[in-house]
Amino acid sequence: MAGIDHAPPPFFKQGPAPLALLTFYLAVSLAIFVVDLRFQSLELLRQSIALVVDPVQRVAQTPGSLVDYAASYLQGMRALQQESNELKHTQLTTAPNLQRLAQLEVENERLRKLLSVKEREKANGQVTQILYTARDPFSRKIIVDKGQQAGITAGQPAIDETGVVGQVTRVFPFSAEITLITDKDQVVPVQIVRSGQRSVVFGLGNGQLELRYMPANADIQVDDVLVTSGLDGIYLPGFPVARVVNIERDNAYSFARIFCVPIAGVENFGEVMVLDARQPLPPAPPASAGRPGSSDQTGLRGRSKKAASKGN
Amino acid sequence: MQPTFSSSRILQPVRPWFIVFSLIGAALLNFLPTAHWPGVPDWVALVLCFWCIREFRRVGMGWAFVLGLLMDVADGAVLGQHCFAYVLLAYAASSLSRRILWFPLVQQALQVLPLLVATQVLQALMRLAVGADFPGWGYFIGPVVATLLWIPLTFILLLPQYRPVEQDPNRPI
Repeated sequence: MAGIDHAPPPFFKQGPAPLALLTFYLAVSLAIFVVDLRFQSLELLRQSIALVVDPVQRVAQTPGSLVDYAASYLQGMRALQQESNELKHTQLTTAPNLQRLAQLEVENERLRKLLSVKEREKANGQVTQILYTARDPFSRKIIVDKGQQAGITAGQPAIDETGVVGQVTRVFPFSAEITLITDKDQVVPVQIVRSGQRSVVFGLGNGQLELRYMPANADIQVDDVLVTSGLDGIYLPGFPVARVVNIERDNAYSFARIFCVPIAGVENFGEVMVLDARQPLPPAPPASAGRPGSSDQTGLRGRSKKAASKGN
Repeated sequence: MQPTFSSSRILQPVRPWFIVFSLIGAALLNFLPTAHWPGVPDWVALVLCFWCIREFRRVGMGWAFVLGLLMDVADGAVLGQHCFAYVLLAYAASSLSRRILWFPLVQQALQVLPLLVATQVLQALMRLAVGADFPGWGYFIGPVVATLLWIPLTFILLLPQYRPVEQDPNRPI
């Protein structure tokens, strides 16, 4: 349809053959797929593309957040009053514990000094707003509004007001990606509050978690609460992670199947707190100094190291 | 080129900026929070497939690769997942374009369906092979919805190329 004065289309100059181009592009795609998955060495490429994509993505999220804002604006006085009353009520119910917390902390510190045990680390962090859920349907990740600019690094844990939400896995200049604890094979080292037994909990990918490698006769009951054990050097000890909902004990297998649900509102939108990275753990003692017969302990340490390295 | 093989209207040549504009629009649609609803199509794959069939000389595997990279980063997926699927989609679409354009729109849509399904299945296979979580069957409804959108999409994306109907009976062409 070109005009009469245009040059004729270059029929004989069409570049490389389509099959050659296809082979080239497929090879490059597969190469970056493997490199990104196995070696994680393409973060710079990802960050530079994200610098362009991220603002556009935020713009695309505005209609949704505007609707949310309008809905909450029109929510009405009555609902707000009710919520305010409920919050005051909760505050009052937690007040006895909170008021004594300062005194308890001082007392705990003194007792720990008496016992010459290392002091507990204080939990500090920064509050971040969840921007949106990552679109990838194969994993469970959220994007928050603080990144390298706010000093966030990969590996930091994230909590909400009730418990552990996940772990920062990628950091971009102005945003960060948090992998939820329910993501498939996301690992959190935990401790059962009632019995003090340590284990690791794995995400199942369907919103639940599983406590693996617990013997079929392990002392665990439905409604047991799991908190972080702090063995990994990533999560501070004592944050609630999950509650046991279902235990299947089958004598044919040596391990029980234990299913848990997260305590934090893992799939909810709102704000999360990204905790500062922990102080580095003291160096591991030489192998000969280990207690004899502590093979299960070392096994746990190995797993928690896997958990720790997953974030980095 | 005509809008369909049986139409007597002749289209104006496509403007390159409109191709870019439509692909950016598709990416924006992909970024919307609706992406988590079951049955929402992959707009970029659909529009890319359209241009690869319509303008196989202009839009090809290079575009598919770049768009795939953008979608990988935007999704937080593994880099290369969308690239691989989109490049194959572009190759298949442009090599089939001379055949597909000879069909009426409904049958065109039927021939596009396997391409879009293959794009989705390929991505799922790539991720499942490296141990990701199965996304649920809702993930595979998207291409079907995209196929149903083929006819309105063709109409909308060809709109800028229609000329006004001339009433001049002595028109040279």
